[in-house]
Amino acid sequence: MSRYAMESILERWEPVIGLEVHAQLKTRTKIFCGCPTNFGGEPNTHVCPVCLGHPGTLPVLNQSAVKMAIATGLGLHCTVTTESVFARKNYFYPDLPKGYQISQFDKPICTEGWLEIVLPERTFRAGIERVHMEEDAGKNLHDAQTGLSQVDFNRTGVPLVEIVGKPDLHSAEEAMAYLKELRNILRYLDVCDGNLEEGSFRCDANVSIRPSGTEPLGTRVEIKNINSFRNVGRALGYEIRRQARALESGDAIVLETRLFDADTGQTQSMRSKEESADYRYFPDPDLLPLRLDQTIIEEVRSTLPPLPEDVRSRFNEQYGLRPYDIAVLTDEKDLALFYEEIVTSGADALAASKWVQTEVLGRLSGDKLTVSDCPVPPERIARLLTHQSEGRITGKMAKDIFEKMWREDADPDKEVEQIGGVISDDADLRRICGEIATQFPDETAQFLAGKTKVLGFLMGQLMRQTKGKADPKKASKLLRETLEAIGTEGK
Amino acid sequence: MTASSPNLLFGTIDEARTALADGSITSTALTQSVFDHIEAIEADVHAFIRLDRSNAMEAAKEADQRREQGATLGPLDGIPISIKDQIVTKGLETTAGSKILSGYIPPYDATVVQRLKKAGAIILGKNNQDEFAMGSSTEYSAYGATSNPYDLSRVPGGSSGGSAAAVAAGAGFASLGTDTGGSIRQPAAFCGVVGVKPTYGRVSRFGSIAFASSLDQIGPITRTVRDAAHMLQAIGGPDPRDSTCRDTPMPDLLSSLEDGAKGLRIGIVKEAFEPDGLDPEISSRVMETANQLAAAGAELVPVSIPSLPHAIAAYYLTATAEASSNLARYDGVRYGQRADIGDVRKANLVDMYNQTRSEGFGPEVKRRILLGTYALSAGYYDAFYVKAQRVRTLIGRDFQRAFQQCDALCLPTSPVAPFAQGERTADPLQMYLADIYTIACNLARVCAVSVPAGLDASGLPVGVQFICNHMQEPMLLRVARACEVQTGGYNPPTPIQGLSAEGG
Repeated sequence: MSRYAMESILERWEPVIGLEVHAQLKTRTKIFCGCPTNFGGEPNTHVCPVCLGHPGTLPVLNQSAVKMAIATGLGLHCTVTTESVFARKNYFYPDLPKGYQISQFDKPICTEGWLEIVLPERTFRAGIERVHMEEDAGKNLHDAQTGLSQVDFNRTGVPLVEIVGKPDLHSAEEAMAYLKELRNILRYLDVCDGNLEEGSFRCDANVSIRPSGTEPLGTRVEIKNINSFRNVGRALGYEIRRQARALESGDAIVLETRLFDADTGQTQSMRSKEESADYRYFPDPDLLPLRLDQTIIEEVRSTLPPLPEDVRSRFNEQYGLRPYDIAVLTDEKDLALFYEEIVTSGADALAASKWVQTEVLGRLSGDKLTVSDCPVPPERIARLLTHQSEGRITGKMAKDIFEKMWREDADPDKEVEQIGGVISDDADLRRICGEIATQFPDETAQFLAGKTKVLGFLMGQLMRQTKGKADPKKASKLLRETLEAIGTEGK
Repeated sequence: MTASSPNLLFGTIDEARTALADGSITSTALTQSVFDHIEAIEADVHAFIRLDRSNAMEAAKEADQRREQGATLGPLDGIPISIKDQIVTKGLETTAGSKILSGYIPPYDATVVQRLKKAGAIILGKNNQDEFAMGSSTEYSAYGATSNPYDLSRVPGGSSGGSAAAVAAGAGFASLGTDTGGSIRQPAAFCGVVGVKPTYGRVSRFGSIAFASSLDQIGPITRTVRDAAHMLQAIGGPDPRDSTCRDTPMPDLLSSLEDGAKGLRIGIVKEAFEPDGLDPEISSRVMETANQLAAAGAELVPVSIPSLPHAIAAYYLTATAEASSNLARYDGVRYGQRADIGDVRKANLVDMYNQTRSEGFGPEVKRRILLGTYALSAGYYDAFYVKAQRVRTLIGRDFQRAFQQCDALCLPTSPVAPFAQGERTADPLQMYLADIYTIACNLARVCAVSVPAGLDASGLPVGVQFICNHMQEPMLLRVARACEVQTGGYNPPTPIQGLSAEGG
């Protein structure tokens, strides 16, 4: 099928997408025992009788996981339920030591919320159906050489929240924006590190399509095994086209689970609904219903850090930043904090925005660093920018000094003092302008003959000889005055 | 055994304490004589799955050293006891009576075991039981059946049959059992000893291999009510490792123990004396006991638990549903038995599961896993599991209503006397129906005790059961003690005295 034909097919069909995200909570210990949650570690070193499912062991709920789940719900504008229930999801698999996963089923900890999605063309709210708590499973390891399978239980019992989004998304781009915003919110809340590679932020997608302009939902397909933002776009793009092509050629969509293959960029059928397991959910009798009184919910609410949407509107209202700059600066919590610290340390908001985007981000990506590893603290950047805005140094000088600050841990005040700062004294500049005119009599004559373009050359010479320290505005004005004065004298 | 205490093996914890205190016996000698006694009777009774001689003797030696130094720990220091194999013991193989756990060495002690060790108790070994506590006769053990010490051709009850038989036969002063639907009380009744099922949440379940988590509770089996109080005092109370264990500290169980029958209001449960299956001799013995209490100053109050007849259905749905999930972990992957599946590189995972579980579980366990899986299945969950929970709520309400009128309910522990081995295994439903008097209090989460009420015409023990409200263990034991005073309580079984050279 031609590209054109495909695109016109896509105009006839509207995708409906809902995402389910599993996010690992940043607790120190597991959800039902005291084992550490750190990623890595030799296999089966972060384990105990409880998370290994030894006979007679019992789960005890980690209260800090509960608080993080509450924070997640509040950050997503959900209702935190005063009574939620842990259930057992029963199935056999070697990475599941108890033969069931403890998860919340019909009574989740949070319900009904939304998050704000900012796209270039529009800003909208995507609904959240629920947030529930559960324990992670272990990891099966297959050794192709020995032909043996082994299980690493380090991850078993690591606390997760599953965030179930409503089918409010209608393109792969919207789905990616949703995921980025959700990850950002969790990072702003400091409840999840959002690391897709280490699996602390995992996404499954439910996709269906319907004729454009109609309401009823089509048959939905669940896509699993999407492990990067880019693959979310690829998987959804492929699946939307696959479904559209199938329906256009008169085939039906089957209710099924499909696996995304990152190598081929395609989705493959994993199991149909008929083959899906009956999980025989029932309330876990080892855990009491989780009752939350308003006090604890309010306690979490009162200590909630600002959310991306709050920061976005503050950057707009207080600092007058443009939507594009806001989007860049709030994309990472650490970056937003970094930027804001520069401003609160005294720098001009717009200058700081520009500086961060051009100088800081460029250098960070060049050095493969994250904002938290930035070698120059925000306060020093603020001082540097102040020197510039108060005319002590030029933009060029600021960049040079910043380079030294970056590489050699230099202090901006000392640097400015050392280079002596900008030459902005009128008498000094006039003297220098006079010297330039003397050194370049031909060019001066040309200027006086009306070839004003030569002023640029003379200005360049002036800046070179002052090593860029001359205040460029003033120097340019005085140079012209000096030259014109020579002309007057000559007549 | 020293000549001065020929019957100490069948004596009480306090008698042993006195003997230890006055120096007439050491814990080492006492423990050794219990092991000798076990050796003499075990071939006939088979109350143990395994003994832990060397550790027990070592612990006894330490108890003696403490005594010499005047640092005795408490009433249980140096006292030999045993533990049902359902309860995990660190470093000591624990199988729950199942083949699937054979060879399983727990890496930790159950909270109750930890507490008993800390109290100085000497752990002799692990008692036989029905596999995973599923059964009422201890015939469903992968390690052979246990016999009733009062008639070796009969069952000791179950599932804590090994515990009850050991205590009745003088093989240790006490045992810990587990009670999901009567597994402490019914064998206690069959073996003529005292068995307490505490309030749900009174004793930590951490380390009790789960059968039905919302019903299971650990409790003591002893020869006297006072001994039960000593044991319960030691094992009960809050435990941060069990979320369902209550925060309330264990009250003093001994101070009100001898308060007597006077002023007690004993509720006679109407429905308990109606079933067709109730042995008339048991019925009259229980009523006789109630009348003795009345004569001693108690008031008998007729009460009704209208939902009692529905308890069996609600119980067998709830317990099997939970069991089907609790037993899923025995899959051959991490511990216990794995079926021989040949070259693992060629074997298939599902075959490994199927073979391991087919070979590892006995018939009664399989029956209950199937029942429970069915009860939780899509399309049946509401009709079975959810409905059973509603009935459970109703039963709880009926108990609360009854407790507004009385301090304790009085009813039989079992509708039948100890039956012959093999008599009932062919008819599981008949076996389930015999749980009628015990399961309701597990569903209602209240506490209960079975007290020996003498022997029937065939010389078999009869148990009378008392049930008290949540967390009313002091009242429960007071009533039980008042009853014991009337009935005379435990009597050493004649067949055992014949077997043991030292017993007579």
